[in-house]
Amino acid sequence: MLGLEHYLILSAILFSIGLYGVLSKRNAIIILMCIELMLNAVNITLVAFSRYVVPALLTGQVFAIFVIVVAATEAAVGLAIILAIYRGLEDIDVTKINLLKW
Amino acid sequence: MGLVISFWILAAICILAALGVIFLRNVFRAALSLILCFLMVAGLYITLSADFLAAVQILVYVGAISVLIILAIMMTREVQRGSPSNRLQIPAFIVAILLLEVLVLTLLKTPWQIATTPPLAPTTTALATRLFGEGGFILPVEIAAVLILSAILGAIVLAREK
Repeated sequence: MLGLEHYLILSAILFSIGLYGVLSKRNAIIILMCIELMLNAVNITLVAFSRYVVPALLTGQVFAIFVIVVAATEAAVGLAIILAIYRGLEDIDVTKINLLKW
Repeated sequence: MGLVISFWILAAICILAALGVIFLRNVFRAALSLILCFLMVAGLYITLSADFLAAVQILVYVGAISVLIILAIMMTREVQRGSPSNRLQIPAFIVAILLLEVLVLTLLKTPWQIATTPPLAPTTTALATRLFGEGGFILPVEIAAVLILSAILGAIVLAREK
């Protein structure tokens, strides 16, 4: 029988994989992809709580829709920033992007 | 029973695809692995009886965001260089494992109040009522529209040739 814990553990694993990628990768596009992975894990959590704790209210699904909206805008703006940086520096290695470092 | 089997298959492929995003050398293959992970998450929404969200997941993530990511990969020549790790690889691994352990221990120890009522079967009408109806989320919907507009303008301004 499937329970709430199955979905929560799955989303915790996905979130940890995304966190590891964000902290340890150099390529800025890979980092953005890992952020999308983490947002997906949070969405699974929200929908699982909505299904198992308040099945008639659907509050978690409404929140998941807003998270998807924010994720889409974040991907668009983030990739535009990456393209702008690439045009200037010919590189998107985040360890070499240190223009603001004093 | 079919629900349990499909959950385990979807969860296994989802975690494998997420690991592929991290460990595949080729950036383009990592993006394809991410798309597979998005598709599996859509299937997980279906097992949670969230049919509208599954459709939105496929439309927005598999349709739009993955195209954006692949376009960015194509425009930055990062495919040849691969996805190397920085010096923080081992600390990042330790932090991720510790976070996973804390999360799993906490959620296994917490007594969740599981409701016994069955979930709503078609959620689209109920979601529309929640979003646009009386006492619903109409103000966040309007703010989300403004957010999307500003994101479109910001992306155009940032990505435009000078």
